[in-house]
Amino acid sequence: MLEGILGKKLGMSQVFDEKNNTVPVTLVQAGPCTVLAQKTKEKDGYESVQLGFESMPERLLNKPLGEYLKKVNAKPLRFIREIRGATEQVPGNTVTVEIFKEGDFVDITGTSKGKGFAGGMKRHGWKGGPASHGSMSHRRVGSIGNRATPGRVFKGKTLPGRMGNERVTTQSLKVIKVDKDRNLLVIRGAVTGFNGGYLIIRKAIKKKAGK
Amino acid sequence: MLQIVRDFEKERMKKDVPAFKPGDEVRVHVLVPGIEEERTQIFEGTVIAMKNGGLRETFVVRKLSYGTGIERTFPLHSPIVKKIEIIKEGHARRAKLYYLRRLKK
Repeated sequence: MLEGILGKKLGMSQVFDEKNNTVPVTLVQAGPCTVLAQKTKEKDGYESVQLGFESMPERLLNKPLGEYLKKVNAKPLRFIREIRGATEQVPGNTVTVEIFKEGDFVDITGTSKGKGFAGGMKRHGWKGGPASHGSMSHRRVGSIGNRATPGRVFKGKTLPGRMGNERVTTQSLKVIKVDKDRNLLVIRGAVTGFNGGYLIIRKAIKKKAGK
Repeated sequence: MLQIVRDFEKERMKKDVPAFKPGDEVRVHVLVPGIEEERTQIFEGTVIAMKNGGLRETFVVRKLSYGTGIERTFPLHSPIVKKIEIIKEGHARRAKLYYLRRLKK
């Protein structure tokens, strides 16, 4: 069974559940994806399928990708990723949202929104300094180590810097609804990145449906 | 907002909502939470604000109860809001009537 699909974040909304609670949801367009290649243990050393999502005009295609797509006999596609795991899918097949059903749990990977150069409080959740009583160290870095021993700053010390615009996976998100006609997945909660950002949607590794 | 998100919301929106506006006096029939049977309560007062749009639209109703101002925010399209009746039409000159809070005290 195929373990995942590619998609695109459309935006957030809300629905009402059977207990009349308001539930925040993210709408994700998932598939249809074209199977471009199948990797096998014998040939590649691991098993996976390569999927392509969302067609684009041929003129936007660059040469390397264009030649590759010609080789696998596929139309121009914007987003190409591999999904690990053995499947019976062969190149040329189309994968749709139907691999998921209501109540499933999924892990969703995307690229987070870039925050630019962010301070330590925002980037790493530092507590910051005192707000008043003459304190002038509100959001400052403060001390980053000791003196002659160890005489250096430890590796991995959290400091201000570029934040966001990185790969983020949110685990165990619940599928509220699957709309086959519009290739829509309705996911409970938030998904990383901008509306229109590309996503990899995989079956949850930690949580299974019905638990 | 993307058209597909708008369509998604439109399908889930109530179609029989009366057209009321801030300043109107309304009677809201709302489900009592936490019980098995379906019982409704009535909340009656002035609409002082309407916020958001689409499926996420909410409105705030204010009433005076024994001299104390009570405000309740209802999600317009939520199934807990069973029925909305307009008792009296008002003519507010602004969209948010938050000044009523200070006025009535």
